[in-house]
Amino acid sequence: MPLLEVKNLHVEIADKTILRGLDLTIEKGQVAAIMGPNGSGKSTLAHVLAGKANYIVTQGEVLFNGENILAMEPDQRAAKGLFLAFQYPMEIPGVATMTFLRTAVNAQRKARGEAELSTPEFMKRVREAAGQLGINQEMLRRAVNVGFSGGEKKRNEILQMAMLQPKLAVLDETDSGLDIDALKVAAEGVNRLRSPERSFVVITHYQRLLNYIVPDVVHVMSKGRVVRTGGKELALELEAKGYAQYQDEAA
Amino acid sequence: MTAEVRTIKTAAEQALAETYAKAKGTLPGAGTIATLRDAAFRQFDAQGLPHRRVEEWKYTDLRALVRDAKPLAAPPDASAKATAGKIAAPFSALKPRQLTVVDGMFVADQSDLTAEAGLRIGSMSEALVRGDALVAAHVGKVFETADPALALNTSLMGDGAVIHVAAGTQVARPIALIFAGTQDAAVFTRSLVVVDKGATVTLIEIHESGSTQVNTALELVAGEGARVDHLKITRAGALHLSTLLARIGARTAFNSFAFTRDSTLVRNQSFVRFAGGNTEAAIGGLSLLKGKEHVDNTLVIEHAAVGGVSRERFRSVLEEQGRAVFQGKIIVAPGAQQTDAKMLSNALLLSDDAEADNKPELEIFADDVQCGHGATAGALDEELLFYLRARGIPRQEAEALLVQAFVGEVIDSLPQDSLREPLMNAAVEWLRARG
Ligand SMILES: Nc1ncnc2c1ncn2[C@@H]1O[C@H](COP(=O)(O)OP(=O)(O)O)[C@@H](O)[C@H]1O
Ligand SMILES: [Mg+2]
Repeated sequence: MPLLEVKNLHVEIADKTILRGLDLTIEKGQVAAIMGPNGSGKSTLAHVLAGKANYIVTQGEVLFNGENILAMEPDQRAAKGLFLAFQYPMEIPGVATMTFLRTAVNAQRKARGEAELSTPEFMKRVREAAGQLGINQEMLRRAVNVGFSGGEKKRNEILQMAMLQPKLAVLDETDSGLDIDALKVAAEGVNRLRSPERSFVVITHYQRLLNYIVPDVVHVMSKGRVVRTGGKELALELEAKGYAQYQDEAA
Repeated sequence: MTAEVRTIKTAAEQALAETYAKAKGTLPGAGTIATLRDAAFRQFDAQGLPHRRVEEWKYTDLRALVRDAKPLAAPPDASAKATAGKIAAPFSALKPRQLTVVDGMFVADQSDLTAEAGLRIGSMSEALVRGDALVAAHVGKVFETADPALALNTSLMGDGAVIHVAAGTQVARPIALIFAGTQDAAVFTRSLVVVDKGATVTLIEIHESGSTQVNTALELVAGEGARVDHLKITRAGALHLSTLLARIGARTAFNSFAFTRDSTLVRNQSFVRFAGGNTEAAIGGLSLLKGKEHVDNTLVIEHAAVGGVSRERFRSVLEEQGRAVFQGKIIVAPGAQQTDAKMLSNALLLSDDAEADNKPELEIFADDVQCGHGATAGALDEELLFYLRARGIPRQEAEALLVQAFVGEVIDSLPQDSLREPLMNAAVEWLRARG
């Protein structure tokens, strides 16, 4: 059974149809890239998977581990192992990053009927994960993403992913706004988590990130659908030729 | 001031007039104090209770909200006096010197009056009777205003604390001034705090007034180079009118914060004059409201000298039909150059029926100044909630986290860090209770 199956998904927002019959299958342990022009619906797909409220699913289904998740609350989906790294991570004034991580980790454990992590165990895990991403203690004490640079915000997303250990991580343009060094740090963070038990959907506009996170499969989205699927060489082709043909095709 | 001739009085106004007529012969202080009372009452009587057409009271219409004026409280009995004991508990870690005022009376035997060099503490009513020089010099003179709530307080002021911190004295323990109300009656308390040159003191006013109607006023004079940290905590089940009048000297640090919760109808008004140059002040408040509670924080700050820096930061969290009012007026007098004043007010509305009114005013008569204000009123940010929920935090917990963060930010802005923790604990207690 695939980890994720999206079947004939139609989604509207504010009376506008964004996804128009999207099909997508992600196998367990697979790293899939989704590429496509701006406005093709990549972030919409990511948000719908995570359970954002104002998107209306008019047709289709989403099975995660064989279970229809569309009726679930965002926090239930997260506890089942779904993670979204936001394209634009939010700033949360007044909530220390450490508190946020701890609340999230323990809320998920509680939802799964597991015991809360002890303080020393939690601290050990945060220190290790943060250290690998070059996130220092001072940043962990600061309010979530407040005053963080673009790169720091993205690294903070990866840190959250590392702490939450999801089954499926959807990374929405984690590369945008990153210089090459920051991009490498983020990519290494992702690669460390790669395992036969964990899948990734790497959404990106550019091929560059895929030099560092090498995908098993590349899907191309256009106008709310997956219009082409291929191997990693498809990303190079897109880089060379641009998205013009996909914009035309669906227009 | 309205010029209308008022012939019809409300029941509450009539009751107040009767209370004053009956009590004036026995109120503490003769001579100039009695004259001061009479003048204040005449002024109040001419104005009546403020109502919505009085600009300063526009959102807190006392004429409509105050149906009855209760009679003056009787002296407290022994069990009433003992109730005050626990009220300072949240601050016990700071080992405060506790002074107690119960049902409008300074209770010496429930107050820590152990001697300390440079610190003089006494009862206001005794000082008024004695004709105390400090009281004569300052009471009714710290800040001139024709405010009707203050006029009423001046007419009927009974007891309170008089605290004098001599020049250069660093009072190590905070002074906790406990005001407890136990009767279905009215009290008019008045206190005076004079902090001389270079002295420092922390003053924690705690009001727990049950169904007692309270009109309380505190006059504060801070001399050059002094530091005064003032915190007022209020839980009032009935009408609670509070006035702070402050005159701040040069190079003085003055911080004042009002925390209000579980209160039916509160007006905290502060009139602060920066009389000397290069003062620094942080003035703020946090109000937590539910039910039909109404809390009004009104502030008038006058920068009368050069180089004053002030930060005003007020927040409120509103449940159900709570109504929070913030009015902040910053006046920069001619010549008060290099004044730097920033005022922020934020209301978090957790219900569609809650209301936040905000009225900032800047009156600037100097040209080289930096003044600004900002205000927000709104619900919790759905995008932020989604971010938290996408990390596995259930909605209720996510909401609680964001509300706590909102509250925590304003508490963290308190310059004196030892006061933050007990305040945060009190706020968290309220947040937990909302469930
Ligand atoms: N909240 C919204 N309200 C209205 N339109 C939206 C909203 N979010 C996205 N869209 C529209 O949906 C389309 C797809 O957007 P998005 O999913 O962000 O694309 P991508 O991530 O591929 O760039 C765009 O035309 C965008 O304008
Ligand atoms: Mg996008």
